[in-house]
Amino acid sequence: MAGAIRIRNRKVMHQVHGMNTSLPKVAPKPQYDLARVRQDFPILSSKVRDQPLVYLDNAATTQKPQSMLDAVARYYSAENSNVHRGVHYLSVLATQRYEDARKTVARFLGAAPQELVFVRGVTEAINMIAQSFVRPRVGPGDEILISEMEHHSNIVPWQMIREQTGATLRVAPVNDRGELRMDAFTELLSERTRIVSVVHISNVTGTVNPVAEITRLAHEVGAHVLLDGAQAAAHTPVNVKELGCDFYVFSGHKTYGPTGIGAIYAPFALWEEMPPYHGGGDMIRLVTFERTTYNEPPYKFEAGTPNIAGAIGLAAALEYVEALGTLQVMRYEDELTSYLLDGLRSLPGIRIIGEAEQRAGAVSFVLDSIHPHDVGTLLDQEGIAVRTGHHCAQPLMKRFGVPATTRASIGLYNTAEEIDRLLDGLTKVQEFFGHE
Amino acid sequence: MNEALRDLYQEVIMDHSRKPRNFRIPEHTNRSAEGMNPLCGDHISVHLHLKEHHIDEIGFQGAGCAICTASASLMTETVRGLDEADVQILFDKFHDLVTGHSDPLEAAEQVGKLAVFAGVSEFPIRVKCATLAWHTLRAALAGREGAVSTE
Ligand SMILES: Cc1ncc(COP(=O)(O)O)c(C=O)c1O
Repeated sequence: MAGAIRIRNRKVMHQVHGMNTSLPKVAPKPQYDLARVRQDFPILSSKVRDQPLVYLDNAATTQKPQSMLDAVARYYSAENSNVHRGVHYLSVLATQRYEDARKTVARFLGAAPQELVFVRGVTEAINMIAQSFVRPRVGPGDEILISEMEHHSNIVPWQMIREQTGATLRVAPVNDRGELRMDAFTELLSERTRIVSVVHISNVTGTVNPVAEITRLAHEVGAHVLLDGAQAAAHTPVNVKELGCDFYVFSGHKTYGPTGIGAIYAPFALWEEMPPYHGGGDMIRLVTFERTTYNEPPYKFEAGTPNIAGAIGLAAALEYVEALGTLQVMRYEDELTSYLLDGLRSLPGIRIIGEAEQRAGAVSFVLDSIHPHDVGTLLDQEGIAVRTGHHCAQPLMKRFGVPATTRASIGLYNTAEEIDRLLDGLTKVQEFFGHE
Repeated sequence: MNEALRDLYQEVIMDHSRKPRNFRIPEHTNRSAEGMNPLCGDHISVHLHLKEHHIDEIGFQGAGCAICTASASLMTETVRGLDEADVQILFDKFHDLVTGHSDPLEAAEQVGKLAVFAGVSEFPIRVKCATLAWHTLRAALAGREGAVSTE
């Protein structure tokens, strides 16, 4: 594809094991002013257990820039009102802010505002699409295709559809590097496939899926495509028109925005076809006890008073990322990921879970005979926040034969020094448990 | 590494986590149960032989963090020979100890070598690791089917 944003050069440098020790480790630096950026995130200057916080749990949720916090505070302190229902000044203002937020979020994905529906996050998004779009279209003999690396939120809603409709759930396997096996995926695709729902970037292994190709292949057999962008949005440029997908979903709290807000992109025609998910106020045009006519999309899918402050905060967060440049952010995070991987590989007795060639900054690993939970507790004492556990991806844990992993995940504000502190911390963990 | 960590990972705990005792399924058992901690993936099973309300054989299997494994190991050593009622009393004391609801010195006398788990109370998130084996044991004694979960 020739599109300007198809920059998929995520290849990690120095792939060869053991070579990294002899390479001079250059600390990566972003194109933007990192010191300033770190000041923009108030929490980053806090201390944890008497040490400067090292926050490497960005795949779980990201920290928040002051501009986002200010936008939410401004809304509540000066603009608060309900939307779409008042003639008074504040209601008009709040409505405008809310709809401006929709424009910003849509633009961030390369979509039009009327193609963007606000939801609580990815979990609600997938459930909505499953119930409203997929459920009426499938029955026995029809197939739903997901992958082995999905988050539980992209597994369980489909199991519910399977129960409700008798459709079959198929799972495309991953290889030992944690990459989707495209041969098996293609094999599993057929005219029976109604929907393909896969993650854009894995929250466990950081694998970047070839989502444009997946979409093309799925469309060839007439299947619709849902992409879970929870770990991709704000980490990599996303253009839904170039991807060609039918649904793209993400959560605001993982893109430097507030919790409780997220978005679904779908082409307008699909929204028009789709019956509403929730019924109530705002999503109607005319209600009588006999019959109700629905409002047009996106309002048809936003029943009740929406998360107005959340939408405004999300827009402010995405504007923050846009100002740095999503591409710059991706490049820097890629370099920092390489730096982290190099460092991890130089530790004895470590196994990195997922070594995809195309990868992003969620890095899972296990240390020989030290349980991730113990690793997490020890790192926490050093002021380092990482995630330990199964990362809501138990089938993938099973695939790699581990009950849990430790995961470090990178955000736009992380520094090489923080990676060094993590690596030092891990060395201490190994010493503590007598495995140096 | 700091004091709190040294307290948490006492020598005895490290030793039992590296070399768990009774890490096997005894030959004759009439009670067993599975336990898991869905948050961290710890998964153990407890197998025992109950004779006239006394535990006369006990072992465990599974995988967990150091605290979980050491707790299971020390538990099996401690409860062998006890009757069901004593197990319940010991569990209550142990629970008070790891949740910080008892005076560590007093508790130390009451729970014997389980006192090494006093440091857990400084790490509330790890209480479930320390108690998983116990919950599983109680399920086995109660003859409850299916897996117990800390959640
Ligand atoms: C890949 C992926 N999908 C879905 C989700 C669920 O997102 P949320 O909890 O915001 O609904 C997450 C977050 O944990 C994720 O990482």
